[in-house]
Amino acid sequence: MAGTLLFNALREAIDEEMARDSLVCVMGEDVGHYGGSYKVTKDLCEKYGELRVLDTPIAENSFTGMAVGAAMTGLRPIVEGMNMGFLLLAFNQISNNMGMLRYTSGGNYTIPTVVRGPGGVGRQLGAEHSQRLEAYFHAVPGIKIVACSTPTNAKGLMKAAIRDDNPVLFFEHVLLYNLTEEIPSGEYVCALDQADLVKEGKDVTILTYSRMRHHCLKAVEMLESEDIDVELIDLISLKPFDMDTIKRSIAKTNRVIIVEECMKTGGIGAELIALITEECFDDLDAPPVRLSSQDIPTPYNGKLENLTIIQPHQIVESVQKIVSKGV
Amino acid sequence: MANQTTNPINKPEEKGFGAGEHAERLSGLATTEQAEIDKKTGLDIFRDMTLGRRFEDKCAEMYYRGKMFGFVHLYNGQEAVSSGVIGAMKKKHDWFCSTYRDHVHALSAGVPAREVMSELFGKETGCSKGRGGSMHLFSKEHHLLGGYAFIGEGIPVAVGAAFTSKYKKEALGEKQSDSVTAAFFGDGTCNNGQFFECLNMAQLWKLPILFVVENNKWAIGMAHDRATSDPEIWRKANSFGMAGEEVNGMDVLAVREAAIRAIKRARNGEGPTLLECLTYRFRGHSLADPDELRQEEEKQFWSERDPLKALEKDLLTRSLATTEELRAIEKEIDKEVTDAVEFALEAPEPKPEELTRYIWAEKEERF
Ligand SMILES: Cc1ncc(C[n+]2csc(CCOP(=O)(O)OP(=O)(O)O)c2C)c(N)n1
Repeated sequence: MAGTLLFNALREAIDEEMARDSLVCVMGEDVGHYGGSYKVTKDLCEKYGELRVLDTPIAENSFTGMAVGAAMTGLRPIVEGMNMGFLLLAFNQISNNMGMLRYTSGGNYTIPTVVRGPGGVGRQLGAEHSQRLEAYFHAVPGIKIVACSTPTNAKGLMKAAIRDDNPVLFFEHVLLYNLTEEIPSGEYVCALDQADLVKEGKDVTILTYSRMRHHCLKAVEMLESEDIDVELIDLISLKPFDMDTIKRSIAKTNRVIIVEECMKTGGIGAELIALITEECFDDLDAPPVRLSSQDIPTPYNGKLENLTIIQPHQIVESVQKIVSKGV
Repeated sequence: MANQTTNPINKPEEKGFGAGEHAERLSGLATTEQAEIDKKTGLDIFRDMTLGRRFEDKCAEMYYRGKMFGFVHLYNGQEAVSSGVIGAMKKKHDWFCSTYRDHVHALSAGVPAREVMSELFGKETGCSKGRGGSMHLFSKEHHLLGGYAFIGEGIPVAVGAAFTSKYKKEALGEKQSDSVTAAFFGDGTCNNGQFFECLNMAQLWKLPILFVVENNKWAIGMAHDRATSDPEIWRKANSFGMAGEEVNGMDVLAVREAAIRAIKRARNGEGPTLLECLTYRFRGHSLADPDELRQEEEKQFWSERDPLKALEKDLLTRSLATTEELRAIEKEIDKEVTDAVEFALEAPEPKPEELTRYIWAEKEERF
């Protein structure tokens, strides 16, 4: 089948950037000989050597801190979280040193690092391997947070993240690695701070990110037969939000639904809805709606797991409801 | 090289002076060898230590006069470690990583007293532009990787700097890349995971780094032997196949000698060293600490081993300096410290409109 798998798109991005800039290196658990737990760094160790693709011991906080020190002294490390959840153990280094150090040092140092890996709820992986750390890290100053959702944006965003002089937390989704798509040939870079207007519409704005983009697309398809015209926006940048795109859309549709995979409390949508209330209040014809995961540890049981995260039919119902509420 | 298991747990014959096991260890060291120095080096070290001591005394004064805020941790008593190690390294070439007790490491690394004092006063002229404060001194120019206020978090960063040194040499083919990193931290920090994780990684990859433990026996109010299963920290190097040494941290020339050995190993690609310096802080943990736990007898024992007085004695007996020269240096230093205070007092505050500056990178700031 033609097209590029998402994990290969990421791999291409890293490969191209490593070839372009010898200061770019990768470090993490099983990134080298094993090629990464989702094969995002497959064969790169052979190509670039063991120092540039460094297999680390299982010591998340320490190798993340090591990446900070390497970045401060001139390298551009990409840290792989074997599963983004494991980076709970690196919270200190990500917050204090990746996020805050440049400011605290009065601009002495920059920390050009990318922290990337699989996040989100997979298929019956259990609570610990199904975390959505984008929400937990959201309050940390000084880091950009990005979530890719297609092979095309995965590659372009990864290249942009590597070239950015700031720390970037780069969320991939464990269930999207095998997504296939024809991607542009040749060199391209996507803007880190721009939302993706996936589908234009006039009746309601849906803001989403990562895997939920695809749930939303299913919902949008179902709604087309009902003549409801959804505007679908993939946020891409979870920090900072692309408020220009968001505001423009809400000014047009006057209704907004946020669809997210993180939990409702303290989630991405919580911050987004606060900003929308502050900045778009007069444009809203209905209260903004959040469709989030339940505030519970993700259960193992498949049926319960499906009940924990938002399903396409819930998006459909929510759209029907908000559209019928018009002024 | 005092290495690994060859040194049993030394217990001196004459016990009972009452200053405790930490103090007793001083008389059972495997080596007390001092570095050979010439006159210039001797005076440089004396100058550096005097600056460290008098700068900190001035900080206490300024803190109590309300010029300085927050948590301020002074270094008095430990000067031989900073001057002994950093003095043996190459400024603006090697890298230095500290903790919240960082003023003197910054000074030894060459950060001007004016910049350090301004930072403590929260001024724009501070080495961290008034954004960092006492526990967050940074200077890229002087290769100061920073003061880190959380226990242990500076150690991985230092390992990263050592990794860059190796990377430049081996992955980028920069043959001249031979910088060594020194990471300073306390005895209490050696019970933290990052310490062990980093010892493992540094030895595994033979990184050019010195882990310099300033064992002053106390972690705020937690006595070292109440916090750790084996108080002889240097021996923990053995578990990682790493070189470990213990040294009298009140003897700057002994620290220097041990540091020179470790730096040589590091520069030669032979890997890291865990260097445990037995020392003592002459003041409370911070200027907010009432210092009620430590015994008078213990304090007495260590104050009799004041590293500045010990160096003075060494310089005089080796005829490397005269008393007049040393007093003249102290006068110079007093002037430098007074100048730093005057400079800092008059320096501008950061501009309110720059409150959010330095969150994001401003331009390509590559090396
Ligand atoms: C992660 C963390 N936990 C607790 C503290 C509070 N704290 C500051 S200094 C200190 C004791 C450290 O002792 P040691 O490592 O021996 O260094 P010293 O202060 O003696 O130089 C503690 C517990 C901290 N700064 N960071």
